[in-house]
Amino acid sequence: MTRIDDKFAALRAEGKKAFVAYVMAGDPDYATSLEIVKGLPAAGVDIIELGMPFTDPMADGPTIQLAGQRALEGGQTLQKTLDMAAEFRRGDDVTPIVMMGYYNPIHSRGVDRFLTDAKAAGIDGLIVVDLPPEEDDELCIPAQKAGLNFIRLATPTTDDKRLPKVLTNTSGFVYYVSITGITGAAAAEAADVGPEVARIKAKTDLPVIVGFGIRTPETSQAIASVADGAVVGSAIVAMIGEGRKPAEVLDFVRGLADGAHRA
Amino acid sequence: MADDLFNSFMNGPDENGRFGKFGGRFVSETLMPLILSLEEEYEKAKTDESFWAEMEDLWKHYVGRPSPLYYADRLTRHLGGAKIYLKRDELNHTGAHKINNVLGQIILARRMGKTRIIAETGAGQHGVATATVCAKFGLKCVVYMGAHDVERQAPNVFRMRLLGAEVHPVTSGRGTLKDAMNDALRDWVTNVRDTFYCIGTVAGPHPYPAMVRDFQSIIGKEVRWQLAEQEGEGRLPDTVIAAIGGGSNAMGLFYPFLDDPTVRIIGVEAGGKGVNDKYEHCASLTGGRPGVLHGNRTYLLQDADGQILEGFSISAGLDYPGIGPEHSWLHDIGRAEYVSITDAEALEAFQLSCAQEGIIPALEPSHALAHVIKIAPDLPGDHIIVMNMCGRGDKDIFTVAKHLGFEINTGG
Repeated sequence: MTRIDDKFAALRAEGKKAFVAYVMAGDPDYATSLEIVKGLPAAGVDIIELGMPFTDPMADGPTIQLAGQRALEGGQTLQKTLDMAAEFRRGDDVTPIVMMGYYNPIHSRGVDRFLTDAKAAGIDGLIVVDLPPEEDDELCIPAQKAGLNFIRLATPTTDDKRLPKVLTNTSGFVYYVSITGITGAAAAEAADVGPEVARIKAKTDLPVIVGFGIRTPETSQAIASVADGAVVGSAIVAMIGEGRKPAEVLDFVRGLADGAHRA
Repeated sequence: MADDLFNSFMNGPDENGRFGKFGGRFVSETLMPLILSLEEEYEKAKTDESFWAEMEDLWKHYVGRPSPLYYADRLTRHLGGAKIYLKRDELNHTGAHKINNVLGQIILARRMGKTRIIAETGAGQHGVATATVCAKFGLKCVVYMGAHDVERQAPNVFRMRLLGAEVHPVTSGRGTLKDAMNDALRDWVTNVRDTFYCIGTVAGPHPYPAMVRDFQSIIGKEVRWQLAEQEGEGRLPDTVIAAIGGGSNAMGLFYPFLDDPTVRIIGVEAGGKGVNDKYEHCASLTGGRPGVLHGNRTYLLQDADGQILEGFSISAGLDYPGIGPEHSWLHDIGRAEYVSITDAEALEAFQLSCAQEGIIPALEPSHALAHVIKIAPDLPGDHIIVMNMCGRGDKDIFTVAKHLGFEINTGG
């Protein structure tokens, strides 16, 4: 059992859907980013996705690309992202943290060393966009052995034939990408997403969380109502990009979280 | 024979798209079904005679293949050593080797029922080749090109637009070739149903590195029979040399010779201002280390934290921080040697080719030629070097003029 499993068990007991928030670690700088991350649980966030900045985020739209650039220009490194998680963990031993990003910074550090450090920092799961099931030996299987959840993305192009492959070796939850496209692009429609979530849930007992294209409390509620929860990233990151104060960002997050929790 | 086959260097990649530890399929889940279906189609096409018949017909009548294998006698005498042959792929339609591969991918795209073609381009040669073949087949074409390259390769941008392609200047990241590839991948992940991504080099996720190599291998295959025709049955080159950005023209020349142990294979990377710790170069193999980018594991220019660095070269076509995974493998097992040439050396070679042979080369093969100039004088007269003259220099005259201190008035 990881903190992620515990969190979903608790939500289920309360009859609540999950709200997951993504922020880029180190955006716009380490201190501001840490202040925002520390405020997320009180704003209603059930699971934190902590973005690892990368120079070449191939699946991300302009909003998250720019967040990564700001973080890198501010001196963010993988070590600092791990430090940030550890610092958060000292004040909160319950809220799961999932690190999300691309493989090369982890590859560069070395998989074994990264997993040891991530575990020590209190990380609970990993989402690595450019590691499909075909590359499971790289990080997925070592991560599970190290006691971290490896959360897989399922997409509209993941057909029934392929779905079992995507679900094998997945743990924690399944992240359903609501659109074909990059982060922050098209708007998600609950009417399209519902049947897809049902299709995945027919094949797994894991919770299915939906992300991409959710920007408002209303969509957050609508999407969470047809799934086990909703993820918002770009809309939050865009506010940070506008230079809004952490308190303003957290107010916006609270609205989104309330939306999902009403579902 | 069985032993020979087992020990062959030509069996890669394996079923996971690996050349040793290099290569692979490091893409998002959305793209995974697309590259699997591409692999399936390519496997079918590979053994389909009608596919190759169409390729050969177009190679001959549209591209102008076979390209000549030309004995550069004045250059040979000037250098006073090895006998130098130039494989004249700069004489292909559109002026470079790029079209060899584009034809293959577009025929495949048509077989798959795709109606929209996307491509990335650096110097613009791959973009022009893709726009050309799309025009020929009436397909919609969108080319991603770094904003910096759009500026320094203006003639090619105009060519692509004349040919009906949409050119998207890429400003994301630092606005270079790697960012153009990122934006092409972002387009593909958004338009999964009707779009085919025509990659210009032996990089990207499996099956691209193998597929592009196979299409470019026509270069080396022609060299084999052309050299035998001119030098006698069974005569192989002693050394083959080609420039490397992503490495497709080099892979095309090298591949048919991998199992001939007497053939020395040399790839020439762009050394920019010199391979130094400030990364003012694009020499991934001589100055980088293994990492994962754009769908494959290969040698990359990256910092200690795994962030990708920008390459630097006078040649936009070599300005890529990675290299095809098969080259990384050939480097590690020692079957091929990789060296680097600076901007200044390439510029000198460029001028020597103009003066000695009446051939204005592109800046990319000028790097290969610069290495020929280095090694040829010390080799005996019966040593045969075949160098791939993979592109012509029309596109580069403005850059070269600037470096040589000339001003070209383009205002008419």
